[in-house]
Amino acid sequence: MDIMALVNALPGAAAQGLIWAIMAIGVYITYRVLDIADLTVDGTLCTGGAVCVVCMMNGCNVWVAILAATCAGLLAGLVTGIFHTFMGIQAILAGILTQLALWSVNLKIMGKANQAINVDKYDLIVSLRYIKGVPLYQNTIFVVAVIIAVLIAVLYWFFGTELGCGIRATGCNAAMARAQGINTNRNKVLGLMISNGLVALSGALLAQYQGFADINMGRGSIVIGLAAVIIGEALLSRIFRNFALKLVSVAVGSIVYYLVYQVVIWCKVDTDLLKAFSAVVVAIFLAVPYWKAKYFTRVDVRKGGSGRA
Amino acid sequence: MLELKNIYKTFNAGTVNEKVALNGLDLTLEDGDFVTVIGGNGAGKSTMLNAVAGVWPIDMGRILIDGKDITRLPEHKRAQYIGRVFQDPMMGTAATMGIDENLALAARRGASRTLRPGISKKEREGYRAQLASLGLGLETRMTSKVGLLSGGQRQAITLLMATLKKPKLLLLDEHTAALDPKTAAKVLELSEKIVQEHHLTTLMITHNMKDAIKYGNRLIMMYEGRIIYDVRGEEKRALHVSDLLARFEQISGDAAANDRMLLS
Repeated sequence: MDIMALVNALPGAAAQGLIWAIMAIGVYITYRVLDIADLTVDGTLCTGGAVCVVCMMNGCNVWVAILAATCAGLLAGLVTGIFHTFMGIQAILAGILTQLALWSVNLKIMGKANQAINVDKYDLIVSLRYIKGVPLYQNTIFVVAVIIAVLIAVLYWFFGTELGCGIRATGCNAAMARAQGINTNRNKVLGLMISNGLVALSGALLAQYQGFADINMGRGSIVIGLAAVIIGEALLSRIFRNFALKLVSVAVGSIVYYLVYQVVIWCKVDTDLLKAFSAVVVAIFLAVPYWKAKYFTRVDVRKGGSGRA
Repeated sequence: MLELKNIYKTFNAGTVNEKVALNGLDLTLEDGDFVTVIGGNGAGKSTMLNAVAGVWPIDMGRILIDGKDITRLPEHKRAQYIGRVFQDPMMGTAATMGIDENLALAARRGASRTLRPGISKKEREGYRAQLASLGLGLETRMTSKVGLLSGGQRQAITLLMATLKKPKLLLLDEHTAALDPKTAAKVLELSEKIVQEHHLTTLMITHNMKDAIKYGNRLIMMYEGRIIYDVRGEEKRALHVSDLLARFEQISGDAAANDRMLLS
């Protein structure tokens, strides 16, 4: 095994990890802040890529295309939100319904299952080609890192506002939130919109990076997002307690995921098995807190009637 | 102040688990009334409070606060008039948020939530003083996550939250039942103090008949979704637990033997 092949592949893996980090931050907002497992994202990632690519093919500026993609994600989140709150469908099912519908929507946006966008013909902000041998301000790793820093700053500010605090309270304890006059349904919709907007933004960057949007590009992305959240928490939750730092740890989790992924590929593991491998790893990490509570809780702390006092 | 007119609520209608929880309930509260509510299990005490708070729609009847019909107002909009403390200490606070953040959420009850900061430095100082008045030493742990606190501490904070922005109506749903006797007594005293200070109209459910007599200016007893006994003022102050038991047995007949224990 050629160690240099691995070293050469790592910057690309890091860039990919950073792009997926935006997606993972979106997942963090639904999964950790709102306490909803939102499966819309598998569809939204592709929607973001599709809208971005098609906009650019129609002559849009790259930033306008990215903005349009983000707005498409907001809409997808809105649909799931309406399914969940207005129509009373379980969150997980609402997400699956939107995800299914998005499959058709994505095909219609692209006109076919795959649309390429050539970095030589279009002015892209990130690309596989912009990893080495380009000035820093053009380097994909740098550009995406800056975007993430800005996003984290904005999210940190937002979740500190009255509205953002209301969304956090909604996810933490909806009954209490309503008792304090918080419109929990509206907040759930808002949270789902923000989350899917971020996922679509991530999809727009991913499509540019790989040079095409593909109908399958979002498949299983919820698992990658969860993996990033969990890895980030496993590595950094003891030192990163502030909300902004928690988002940073999600980004770190995503990068680590892709670096490990690269190592696994380098080890010549059958790539057909990688998705199964990811699913098993995420399942085990999700089980750890449950096992801890079930089998490793000290019994003596719960004795006596004053345990709740 | 609060008017409940002919309220009906049935759970699981049309199934074997059908339960008529409120059965033509009528109740009118005067401004500043502090009403204690007693009754056996399933008498409809909590259902009455939840109906007022708007947790679910009622089947029939009307609810008015200060003459304004709130029957069709959703729960979060009624919150502008109503402060609530629940039986479960876990229910009234957001465990993953700080003490200060929880208070800031409560301070904005009834106001629209905008993009202004969720908590300001100035209000944090105000909360420090309020927390100090609880006498639990919480003012030194302002940014601690509420989930780290004990049930009694959380209940005291919920009480503060319910009254931080003075509500027209305070609903206390057996808010000391899950606490140990010493803590329960402390939280009750605190409730009394806050109610008196702000002259709040209050409905307090309790399982403890002594407390029901000791606190408030009016006592109501519920049975099968209706109010069967309503006493106030001098007459209430002169009550003894034995009077209440006798009253209860007289009205409910056979069920008394069972419920007597629950009411102690």
